[in-house]
Amino acid sequence: MSGIPHDHYEPSSRPEKWLHRRLPIVSLLYDVVMIPTPKNLNWMWIWGVVLMFALISQILTGIVLAMHYQPNVQLAFASVESIMRDVNGGTFLRYFHANGASLMFFAVYMHIFRSLYYGNYKTPREVTWIIGTLMLVLMMAIAFMGYVLPWGQMSLHGTAVITGLFGAVPFVGESIQTWLLGAGAVGQPALNRFFSLHYLLPFILLGLTVVHVWAFHHTGNNNPTGVEVRRGSKEEAQRDTVPFWPYFVIKDLLALVVVLIVFVAIVGFMPNYLGSPENYVPANPLKTPPEIVPEWYLLPFYAILRAFTNDVWLVIAVDWVTFGIIDAKFFGVLAMFGSLVVLGLAPWLDTSLIRSGRYRPMFKWWFWLFVVNFVMLMWAGAMSPEALGGWIPAISLLGASYYFAYFLVILPILGVIERPLAPPASIEADFAAHYDAQTGGTHTIPTPAE
Amino acid sequence: MLKTLLVGAALALPLPALAAVEGEVTDYAFPYEGPLGAFDTFQLQRGLQVFTQVCAACHGLSYVAYRTLGQEGGPELPEDQVRAYAAQFTVFDQSLDDGQGADRPATPADRFGASSLSNAPDLSVMAKARKGFSGPYGTGLSQLFNGMGGPEYIASLVAGYDEPPACAPADAPGYYNVAFSAGYYPDSCRDEEGEPTTPGSWIAMPPPLADGQIEYEDGAPNTVEAMAVDVAAFLMWTAEPHMNARKTAGLTGVLFLSVLAVLLYLTNKRLWARVKKPAAAPVTRG
Repeated sequence: MSGIPHDHYEPSSRPEKWLHRRLPIVSLLYDVVMIPTPKNLNWMWIWGVVLMFALISQILTGIVLAMHYQPNVQLAFASVESIMRDVNGGTFLRYFHANGASLMFFAVYMHIFRSLYYGNYKTPREVTWIIGTLMLVLMMAIAFMGYVLPWGQMSLHGTAVITGLFGAVPFVGESIQTWLLGAGAVGQPALNRFFSLHYLLPFILLGLTVVHVWAFHHTGNNNPTGVEVRRGSKEEAQRDTVPFWPYFVIKDLLALVVVLIVFVAIVGFMPNYLGSPENYVPANPLKTPPEIVPEWYLLPFYAILRAFTNDVWLVIAVDWVTFGIIDAKFFGVLAMFGSLVVLGLAPWLDTSLIRSGRYRPMFKWWFWLFVVNFVMLMWAGAMSPEALGGWIPAISLLGASYYFAYFLVILPILGVIERPLAPPASIEADFAAHYDAQTGGTHTIPTPAE
Repeated sequence: MLKTLLVGAALALPLPALAAVEGEVTDYAFPYEGPLGAFDTFQLQRGLQVFTQVCAACHGLSYVAYRTLGQEGGPELPEDQVRAYAAQFTVFDQSLDDGQGADRPATPADRFGASSLSNAPDLSVMAKARKGFSGPYGTGLSQLFNGMGGPEYIASLVAGYDEPPACAPADAPGYYNVAFSAGYYPDSCRDEEGEPTTPGSWIAMPPPLADGQIEYEDGAPNTVEAMAVDVAAFLMWTAEPHMNARKTAGLTGVLFLSVLAVLLYLTNKRLWARVKKPAAAPVTRG
């Protein structure tokens, strides 16, 4: 599977040989689990396994919850209450699932920041990155649809706002919105199809996960130095890598368990902290809640959506040039989706030949500013526009501008003007410098034959 | 069903378009707070008494079944008392009288009814549907340290009736309540910037409690504030009947995972030792 030279599975017993001739499935699993992995991966390389765990546990808890849930506007809220009251373990199950979405998004944002810092998206890993971006978009859709199912106030009015985004598309917007909702307003058809899709799409996400993992197993992992594993010979490769099992399996499990301690504490002790109390009020189309705020993980993108109000010169200019086809509302929608598009285009926008931010003295600062800016956008998305003396739209605009500038201006220019430091000659050298200056790290861990 | 759909709409009178009114919420101490906190059975029983004698006149608990009053981690009434409690109410049963339907005494399998007053919200999950604390500046840190504050909000509201401020017109609709933020607020009580000068607003619900109104069997204090806290605790239980079990599960999980983390840490350290310092590593037997 991997392009890095390594030992392959050799069937030894008769049944193994029999199966191997007909279906080399053991060989496939062996290659996946024993993939040569750069031995200098740091603790930011653990989030993929956390995500894998979170996705599978979401699917499993979700399947059980779906056995008790009723996708009907009259019954949905009551059926969730019945899960909380009458289903064995239902309280824990539902809170695990609801907070599991937060776990997934926390992990995915860490995963993405890791990749942005160490240049994981650069050649030859663009396909891994593109698929990852698609997975992020899919995750957002799944999380949003899941939030609709309890049919509380925030479910209903949040749906009205989000599908309203499609309503902003010129000429055909209203038709699209009606088509999405299956009706002129949020109601039974919307709830029913969101339930259907909320059940289906996670399996698509699982499928994309397989492709995502396949892609980086083919190219090999990036690592904190951004230096490729040497592939001249098996011996050379073995000096840069260790097999995934047991070294990274145990390390990732340790990290996963530490993350889960925090997660289980949230589920057990403060399961409603990350949600809105308003969603414990049954949905009522006749009464709009005082403020409609998405869940925390969608807030940065929500802030970008709201940042482009009709007093921004760019918005006014675009409105004028397009004869009013792209008004402020549609501009905001384009900006929100555009923010995900530029993320996906990062491999082609970043002109630097050095992968890892570790050896890019100027990039480092812009990167950390990007992280701070992302958190600021998250905060701005949670605030009402009138709060803080009416400064929130201006702060959102500043944050949104930097978000786009990072991808469209800073990454292209930095690669040209920056003078990067020299990365180490090999992963082995980097690892040795970190741990074992005396022996020079010349020992190798061969992949065991079995 | 329509009644439960109207929850939340009920108490609120039309909102003023000016700066938002803020309610005053007291951070009452409840025995179930914190990771190790659990419901106080006697407090829940007192709260049930307050609910039954006062709140139930208008408000419903349509998601709560009578049988749960005997459940572990709740008011834990003995079975005969649960039956007796349910039997004081009548429910409409469609299956009686050859499908015509008729009233019959409730059994533990039945639920508390819906609200009998159309604009009184159902209180089943009210303790989770309101927040007592927010901010600072939209960060939610206050809720991290104080909790969401739903029960605190309920207790503050029930005990929050006060003399209306002098700035208010005499014919202001409803009753002045310092904890209620979603009601009528007179323009005459706003300053030049439109900011309200007093906390709270006017609520449609009349003051439900008076000092000494209820005689507790256990002789616990029965001031308005004490009764308000008791009924708020009871409503937290109706909103989250399995809280005790949930916290136990959380604690068990955290302890189990902590032990597992230590074991994995030691395993990982030993495993990587031969990669990091090959010379010093013990010989592993295959």
